[in-house]
Formats: sequence, structure tokens, C-alpha cells
Amino acid sequence: MSNPSLRQPDAIVIGAGHNGLVAACYLARAGVKVLVVERSDIVGGAAVSRKLYQDFTYSNCSYVCSLLRPEIMRTLELPRYGLQIIPYEGGCTMMRGGGHLALYDNHDALRREIARHSKRDAEAYDRYSRDVMRQCKFIKPLLMREPPDPTSFKPRDIQELLYLGQRLHGLGEERMYDTLRFWTMSAADFLDEYFESEIVKAHFAGTSIIGTALGPRSPGSAYVLLHHYMGDIDETVGAWGFARGGMGAITQALSQSLEASGGSIRVDSPVERILVKNGQAVGVALASGEEIQAKTVISNMDVKRTFLNTVDPEHLPSDFLTAVKRFKIRGSSGKLNIALDGLPTFPAIPKDSPTIRGDLHITDTVEMMERAYDDWKEGRWSQAPYVDMLIPSQIDPTMTPDGKHYMSVFVQYCPYELADGPWTDEKRQAFGNTVIDAIANQSPDFKSLILHTEIRTPWDIEREVGLTEGNIFQGELTMDQLLFNRPVPGYAQYATPIKNLYMSGSSTHPGGGVMGAPGANAARRVLRDLGIEAKA
Amino acid sequence: MNTPLAPHYKKPLWETPFAERARALQQRDSYVPWAGYSTVDVFTTVEQEYFAIRNATTLFDLTPMVKYRIAGPDAERYVNRLVTRDIRKLKVGRVSYVVWCNDAGHLIDDGTVFRIAEHDFRICTAERQLDWFMDSAIGFKVEIEEVTSEIAALAVQGPTSCFVLKRLGLEGVEQLKPFEWRNLSAAGRPVMVSRTGFTGDLGYELWMRPEHALGLWDDLMDAGQSRGIRPIGSQALNMARIEAGFLMPNVDFISAEHTIRLNRDRSPLELGLEWLIDFDKPHFNGRRALLEENRVGPKRRLVGLDVAGNKPAHGALLYSDEAGLKEVGHVTSAMWSPTCKRNIALAMINTPHEGLGSTVWADVYLNRELMWERRMLRSQVVERPFFAPARRRATPPNDR
Repeated sequence: MSNPSLRQPDAIVIGAGHNGLVAACYLARAGVKVLVVERSDIVGGAAVSRKLYQDFTYSNCSYVCSLLRPEIMRTLELPRYGLQIIPYEGGCTMMRGGGHLALYDNHDALRREIARHSKRDAEAYDRYSRDVMRQCKFIKPLLMREPPDPTSFKPRDIQELLYLGQRLHGLGEERMYDTLRFWTMSAADFLDEYFESEIVKAHFAGTSIIGTALGPRSPGSAYVLLHHYMGDIDETVGAWGFARGGMGAITQALSQSLEASGGSIRVDSPVERILVKNGQAVGVALASGEEIQAKTVISNMDVKRTFLNTVDPEHLPSDFLTAVKRFKIRGSSGKLNIALDGLPTFPAIPKDSPTIRGDLHITDTVEMMERAYDDWKEGRWSQAPYVDMLIPSQIDPTMTPDGKHYMSVFVQYCPYELADGPWTDEKRQAFGNTVIDAIANQSPDFKSLILHTEIRTPWDIEREVGLTEGNIFQGELTMDQLLFNRPVPGYAQYATPIKNLYMSGSSTHPGGGVMGAPGANAARRVLRDLGIEAKA
Repeated sequence: MNTPLAPHYKKPLWETPFAERARALQQRDSYVPWAGYSTVDVFTTVEQEYFAIRNATTLFDLTPMVKYRIAGPDAERYVNRLVTRDIRKLKVGRVSYVVWCNDAGHLIDDGTVFRIAEHDFRICTAERQLDWFMDSAIGFKVEIEEVTSEIAALAVQGPTSCFVLKRLGLEGVEQLKPFEWRNLSAAGRPVMVSRTGFTGDLGYELWMRPEHALGLWDDLMDAGQSRGIRPIGSQALNMARIEAGFLMPNVDFISAEHTIRLNRDRSPLELGLEWLIDFDKPHFNGRRALLEENRVGPKRRLVGLDVAGNKPAHGALLYSDEAGLKEVGHVTSAMWSPTCKRNIALAMINTPHEGLGSTVWADVYLNRELMWERRMLRSQVVERPFFAPARRRATPPNDR
């Protein structure tokens, strides 16, 4: 305990997820003595690599790195601490009864591929990517900024509102209309404006539902689609990819960066309560009974867990607490991590196509996706689930022994609460079997190659990672919960009703994904309040 | 090696029907992708190929040019609403250079329209347009079909091109006036010949069925052998088109269908193509916006520049003053013109600095044996085209 940040920290960050670590790194670099306390026995939150079976590494929660802001990687020197992002190319959707649609990086190959299904769609794809890119370009500068409070007359808010207004105005009249439509319409409607082929629409609709309790026909799902594209806009090489060594490599690099700047991390230290005195946060009480004092407390837990479980309600305005209670964090996805004895074959895709190294899907119509969502609404897991599956061991040699493979299967939809009563081991296994059967429909040798499977329901993810209802975004990414409404109107600037208590998780602007932006923005806010200039 | 059966994810680019001959004559292994095809950039040397355009006869494989067939009872009304020119005046047997815009009056692309029959048009463009063309077809009785791969095309350009085509056996080719086309035949092969081109010189374009491509190529090479016929790649063609003042998509402008940033769209007025707009015809896409822009005047103009010295001002920023304090535009295309012996450029310049005779300063960086030197070169706005020989219009043309 030689490190002063361990004994007498200036600031405590609750939760060593990626955003908590990013916030801690920025604070430590500005000279603040930071201590990160983590309930689990490892750092990382939902960005972890784990060995649960022999020498197989699983990215057992988040599984691709597409959104992590390059300016964060650069400022926090993550490459120096071992982080390497390796790109993967494209993906594909396999069709029932054979056939597929693949996405290739080469524009000519992609056009010819889409043209196999529709000549017109092959050309409409350029218009589609242009429009998505236009919207991303608008949103990108907002990611690393505090959203303005539209009701405030503080110079800073007015300045930020003006900035937002200028950005919107800068879009030009036509695109401004497009933006407002884009933020409110459903992914299915949006895609209908471009494509005629079912398989093309189904493939692109996938990103609109990942991580959210919306269906492709739900209003607002078009924005989610955009959110997942945000990583593409930087025009830097290697925007989409795997973290070499699994997603844990990101939080490992962050931990090392933090420690190099004098910050500390304590694992196995669940926080029982945030200590509040005279309306001010003064520290945390651990489950062990130990109390740690600090002038600043930053909660990287989601907004519900922070205020409904960890702060005594007597310190909070009831309107605020009501708004927190209403904030939508709904569990909608599960995850399978599978160790494979060899590479499975998929007869629907050509043997020599590189597409097997991308993200693989088996939902070939938007209708089928919406039906999968219907199951969720009824309180059961999808009988024909949407999967986002990847075999990163084809690209990242560190994941498995040679010749063996690791498959990450993200599954949509899976409810947090089942209609027929609580999750049990049997139900979890049945959920896993549903997914494995669905994949096996496209891969006859798949089942025979399985060595080990980890099955995670939203209920497991909540229990293990601490995300309320197992929602990967710490709250739905819908217009009513974005920008100055995230997580709660009036408290969108990382501050809370309690002085010196801040939020840094994905419940805050700009939301979920392994992006790091909420953590960086929160740190800037804290530093501003402390009167310290952030070091770039 | 390159089996034609290789799937698109292994070999994304197509080959044209002339690829076999091009490969045999290619000395540089220099190919560029164009609209999904692999095409030759340079066969031997750019200089030799360029001078063949201005001195003899050249073959340029035009097959990748994207071709659409637009047919049906509403074809004329459809095309007339699509493009800015009055297509009702286009007779069967003639070709027209046209541009089309979106509702904001921003250029989507340029191309040529062939009137094949009363209700049958062909549009040739550099970029794919099916999505836009089909969206524009709402309410019209037309059928739109991309026919690129069904038609092989060769540009035969240069002062001796008419002579070579006559010798090939295309009877009556010398009677073709600029922007006319006719169905002719050579050695039993039907060939559609149009007096069109991208070189600003005497020249023709030959359109044929793919199965006739190789035979026609061989006959042409034989027919032109004594007159210095040679195939050329896109680099030599690019030089000729700059001298002729023609625009290149994605170089001199970006289609409004592709721009992501604001203020990258260009109007035909900005590009100096006002002569292609007919405000007296019925409604066409972009009419209202172009009328308004015509009233207030465009914010910038694409002009010809004569740049001091002999180093091409590639991509140079332009200033109104030698000190480089006020930026007024940029160069889009630049070259030393071997024929005009002038250092020429196409440039986009903000008003009011774009007037004929105005002086601007080009900020040019020169690589002198890996040492970079900066020059501010005096440049004058001049007439374009830079080169327009009388032979390009003479009918019948001379044999040499």
C-alpha cells in the first residue's frame, strides 16, 4: 500500500469497466489521486478476456472493437500498454435453404455480390452508405462533448447549444430533415427507402437491434443502426476489429496506463453504499465494512444501480429518483462462448470466400427478426434467434491453440425475466440449445466440434458484470434517452443531485458500446469542477 | 492464371471483351479499375500514346462506360425531365452531351444520350446511375435497363481516324457530322458508329456486340497499321481531355449522389455548363434551384488557367495575391500541354476572381530530386478549350 492513491485517494471510481478506467486515467494524468474499486476479481467489466476452458480465451461479454475513440487510445497511450486492434473484414447472412449475402471490403466485389440479389440494391448501397456517413459526420463531434442543457442559461450551455445548432444548420436544409427522420424512424422503414431485396435489408437491419430491446420495426431503431456505424467515420485504418488477446486487452491496457500515471485499482471490493454527508459524496463503504473517504466519487455503474441500490434515497430528490426508475434498461441479449475442435463449415457460403472471417448471421428476413422480437415481448427467448457470430481465432492467433477455434455468439433476443418464472440452470441450457440448434441448421458439423460452451443470459450478465437487466448499453439508445435526456433530463452532464458524485458509465451521453467517450467526458467534467485543466 | 470463372470475391474486376488483345500489347503492367472493369492505364509510354491522339489514330477501350437503355412510350418525357437540355429536339440518329441534377440543382453526372428510335434512348455515363434513374421513373411508362456488358465499345480518335475507318470498310462514315450516329457494318459485323469522343479531336466511337470485339480490333489494327494506329490507356486520354476542357467526374467535380461533406456539390452553372441548360423547356430536375442560381449568379466557377512555368499545378491552392493571404480556389486538373506548349489547368475559383483575364496565384510544390520547393506561380484565367482544331468538326474529314 505504498501508492498514495490507495490510502488516501482524491477520487474514487466505482467499477473497473472500460469507462471507469478511462475516466480514472484522465483524472490520474491531471494529477488527481484516483482509486478504482471493482467488485469482481478481475478488471474489465464487460470488456474482459477469460479462460474458462483449457487454453481457450473468450471475449466473454463484448466481442468486437469498433467504437473505441482513437483520441482516447492516443491520449492514454494504449498501444504502448499493449493494445493492438486487428481488423476483420465484412460479414455475411446465410439464407434458409442455401444462398447468402456477403459483405466485402473491396467495393467492386461488394457491388457484384449485392447485384447477385438485386442490381439496383448494388447501386443503392452507395446512397445508403453516403446517408449513414452524413449522419455519422454530424454526430461524431458531439460524442466527445458534454451535451448542453437546453433549459439552462449558463454561458457554457448556451455555447454548447449554439454549437449543436450550428452543426445542425451546417447540415443544410435537406439533411436537417433527414437527421430528424433518421433519429425517429424504424430501421425497417429506413432500409425500405434504399433496398428492395429481403436479404440485403435483413443483413443491414441486424445492427439496428443489437443490444437493444427494440425490433427492426420499432420507431427509433434506425438510430441504433447508426450508433454501431460510428466507428467507421474516422477514416483511420483498423476502425473495425478485434482487440488482440480479446476485449480484455483494452481494459488491461487501460489498467496499465492508469497505474503508470499513479492511479490504483482494488479488485474484490464491492461497494455497498456511496457515503453522503450534507448532500455531498464523501466516499464509499465496501461490503466488507471498510470505508474509504474521498472528496470525489464517480460511479461507473449504470444509473439505476447507482441510485436505486447504492445511494440512500433520503439524499435524492424524488423526481430524480422517479426518472431514474423510469429510465429504460431492458435486458434483451444473451451470449454464447464456444470452444471448437476445428473450424465449422457453412455450406451456404462458398468454401473459399473470406467472409467466414467476418460476422456471420442466419436471419434472412426483417420479418424473421421482428418475429424473434415478438418472442421477447412474450417473455421467452427467440425460438429463431438473431445471432451475431464471429470466429476471432481465425484472425487472432492468441485466442486458441493452433487448429482450434473460439466462436463468440451474441444472441438476440433473450429476456431478463421469463414469462414462466425465474431463470434456472435447465432453462439456461435450453436457451443455449435453441441457439446451437439454429446455428447447426447452417452448419452440419458444428455440434460435433463443440468442446465447451459458456451460456450467458441477461440475468447472468447482471449477476456477473453488474449491468442492470444485463443491458449492454446501460440503457436503451432511443431519442428519449439520448443527448441531454441521457440518463435523466437535467442531469446529462455527468453530475448528479449529490455534490461531488458523478456518473461515467454508458448510461450517460453518448451511450453504450466499448467507446470510452462517456468516461472521458465525465473526467473532463470532474476536472472542470475541481478547477484542474485536463492534460491532453 | 486469371480464369474467367474466378468468383468476384477473388477477382473483383471484370475484363472487357478486348482484354486479351490489350494484355498482349501491354508493356507496363499498368492497369486501373474503372466502373468495375480492369482497364489499361498505360500501354507503352504516355507520351507516345498522347501524340498518337494528336497525330495518328488511337484505340481506347470504352466498354466500361456505363450504358443504360431507356425505352417505352414515355421515354422522351422521362429523359426530358431527367436532363437539363431539351431532349425533344434530339432527332433519331443524333447524340447529345447532357448533365442531370438533383432537385437542389446539383450535378449528379454527365453523359451522352443517343436517340436510337422515337421511344428508345441510350444514356452513357462514367458512373452507375440505376438507383437514381429508377427513382426518377416514378409515374413514367419507361423501362430502364443497364446494358453495359452487352455492348463492347472502342473510341477511335485522331486525325487519321476517319481514313482508318473507311479502310476498315465502314461505308459512309465520312458523312457523319459531329454528334451523329449511324448503324454501319465492317466485314459483315454490325457496328454502331457515333462521331463522339473525349479527346476534342477528330474521332469516332464504335459500339458493337461483344462477340465481334476481337475481330474488329484485329481488323482495325490492320487497317490503321500504315497510319500509326496504337492502343492508348487512360493517362494519355486524360491529357487530351484536359486540353479539350472536358470534365472528369471525381476529379473536376463529385456527383451530388456521393458527397458527404457540405458544399462539395457542384451545379452546372458553377462548372461552366450553362449552355446545357434550357430554361424554356418544361420542368426538369433542378430547374427551380438553377433558375435562382442563375439569377444571383454562381458562387464559384470552373475555369481554364494558364499557369506560369512548365510544372503542372496539381491540386494547387489558388490565392488572389502573391503573398498567399487570400485563398480563392483550387486546381482540379493540371498538365503541361505538349501541343499548346502551355502550362494549363482547370480550376474552381470563387467569384469575383474567376473572370476571363483575372490573375490568381497558384501555390505549387515542386519535387526536385526529393527536395521540395515552393513556388507561387502567376496564373491567368483563359478561354477553354485550350485546344480545338478545326478538323474535329470538318465533314467530310481529311484523310490525314
